[in-house]
Amino acid sequence: MKKAVSLALALSLTLMSLTACGNTASETTDAAATTETTDAAADSAEAATEATGATFKIGGIGPATGGAAVYGLAVKNGAQLAVDEINAAGGINGTQIEFNFQDDEHDAEKAVNAYNTLKDWNMQILMGTVTSTPCIAVAEETNKDQIFQLTPSGSAVPCVQYDNAFRVCFSDPNQGIASAQYVGENKIASKVAVIYDSSDVYSSGIYEKFAAEAANQGIEIVAAEAFTADSKTDFSVQLQKAKDAGAELVFLPIYYTEASLILSQANTMGFAPKFFGCDGLDGILSVENFDTKLAEGVMLLTPFAADAQDDLTKNFVAAFQEAYGEVPNQFAADAYDAIYIIKAAVESGKVTADMSAQDICAALKTAMTTISVDGLTGAGMTWTADGEVNKAPKAVKIENGAYVAMQ
Amino acid sequence: MSFISYLINGISLGSLYALIALGYTMVYGIAKMLNFAHGDIIMVGGFSIFIVSTTLGLPPLLGILTAVVICTALGMTIEKIAYKPLRKAASPLAVLITAIGVSYLLQNVALLIFGANTKLFTSVVKVPPVTMGEGQITISGETIATIVVSIIIMICLMLFIKKSKAGQAMLAVSEDKGAAELMGINVNATISLTFAIGSALAAIAGALLCSAYPTLTPYTGAMPGIKAFVAAVFGGIGSIPGAFIGGILLGVIENLSKAYISSQMADAIVFGVLILVLLVKPTGILGKKINEKV
Repeated sequence: MKKAVSLALALSLTLMSLTACGNTASETTDAAATTETTDAAADSAEAATEATGATFKIGGIGPATGGAAVYGLAVKNGAQLAVDEINAAGGINGTQIEFNFQDDEHDAEKAVNAYNTLKDWNMQILMGTVTSTPCIAVAEETNKDQIFQLTPSGSAVPCVQYDNAFRVCFSDPNQGIASAQYVGENKIASKVAVIYDSSDVYSSGIYEKFAAEAANQGIEIVAAEAFTADSKTDFSVQLQKAKDAGAELVFLPIYYTEASLILSQANTMGFAPKFFGCDGLDGILSVENFDTKLAEGVMLLTPFAADAQDDLTKNFVAAFQEAYGEVPNQFAADAYDAIYIIKAAVESGKVTADMSAQDICAALKTAMTTISVDGLTGAGMTWTADGEVNKAPKAVKIENGAYVAMQ
Repeated sequence: MSFISYLINGISLGSLYALIALGYTMVYGIAKMLNFAHGDIIMVGGFSIFIVSTTLGLPPLLGILTAVVICTALGMTIEKIAYKPLRKAASPLAVLITAIGVSYLLQNVALLIFGANTKLFTSVVKVPPVTMGEGQITISGETIATIVVSIIIMICLMLFIKKSKAGQAMLAVSEDKGAAELMGINVNATISLTFAIGSALAAIAGALLCSAYPTLTPYTGAMPGIKAFVAAVFGGIGSIPGAFIGGILLGVIENLSKAYISSQMADAIVFGVLILVLLVKPTGILGKKINEKV
């Protein structure tokens, strides 16, 4: 009896660690789908070998199946849209682009496999990967092979630790700093509470930098409350502490699923501060059956708002809707920009399609630090040699159930 | 003032654990197996209600009834297909591993059908919130409903087992399967009934869990399921009041340590307390020590 209980307990602990990474485990169901794409890729590789030199071969890697598929598919579609536009307009300096997107199921090992598939296809430039953990693994490989890599959305610091890798999005720490500056400079609040996920690098990374910068901005952090992947449904205590501490604003450097719970629980307990978040909150309005009234007034720092009124965004949103039947999110915009950034760098570095991937990489590395690109996710984007982007953070506010750009 | 609010939230969370733990403890007490798929049956219940009352727009009560019927059928089917053939297996581990397998199967089938995107659940509880102490404390309708429903269910279960014939049969099977069979009790039917009741409870737990924390994903049931299992062990697995007390204590300790010690350390503290209790009282708070005769 005693034995059975202790055995079961040990098992439950193992099971807990399993559920914690439940996402990855479940994604294997879609393995069959990957094999299919790989086959298709092999076919197209055969067809393409003869044509080497005639086209630019840009590879893409990201989760097209599994739990993070929302992000990967957005990137795939956004990039494809840009590629089609460029090709229709005559290509880069008259050279057409071939784009090949491989699934990594948000798994580091599968991402490296996908990378090898793309190398067999004679990929010259890599646009990827979409999510941070696989991106870090693939960056090791591209650095070894000296293939130019531009990630649209890999925000963890080590994604661009090598000189051949650049990114379109802000890094996690930069989001924290930018958030604190935004709140401070626009005098949105002086007493701030933070609720963050201490078991997630994205969330805790932003929180740490936010806390450091808050001191410089005259923001007082009155409560810093954590939760973990294992207890992310009940936020009543964290909210109560924020309320008791007199927070005027609650900073949420987390993903939208938890944020939607926080908003509804704050509403239940009659706590109505301002809420401010980062790009992880993007998507909160598309949660099925979510009462968007709860998100009214929520501010978030995101590089892209689908309802922005500039021509670039309007055209992109219309084309994306026509092609894929949905409103693009920021990942699609990041990928769309990434392809145009590659185009700008290729033109500036005088790269031609008959060069080897290594020569292209060397030329693009230099070109990246000299170009300036106006894209969907920022105007006048420039890059430093360490791979980070310089662009002004944009904030949006949710009004009447839609994202509205803030000044 | 905030202490009372932390306490009430803790009791509310705890009564959810308690409700789920009742299902664990019943199945363990009678079939002597740990049904790790219990948490995922809760998730199935949640999705059943979501489809009936949110997607189809039918009244929530109908949704709960549908969920109870679906979960009961599912629980009994799982028992028949996956657990019964293994009941006579040499190692009790076989059925435990199968249960984990069933749990992952349910999660992945749900992922296939409903996708990974989070769904927001419309609360099925129509109890108005209560405000006390000049607006300082608000107790949500869900909290009240959860506490009341778990107490009612616990009392009903205890009465059922003590007073009814089927309950007596369950008790007999739990004490000695072989002897019960010799006395003319249909062991298979009794175990089936246990799974049916346990799964129906899971459906109700699903309704309350998703109403209190209104997100629904294929993994919704996994973590509460495991916490509830811990609560069942904490209170003494196999004991119905034990599961209830274990659940409430777990919720209260979790919330108070989040509030007064550290929100990062809460889970570590909860499990630390569990280890301490089991060291002092290996059978849990209300667990009975049974000497197995050889």
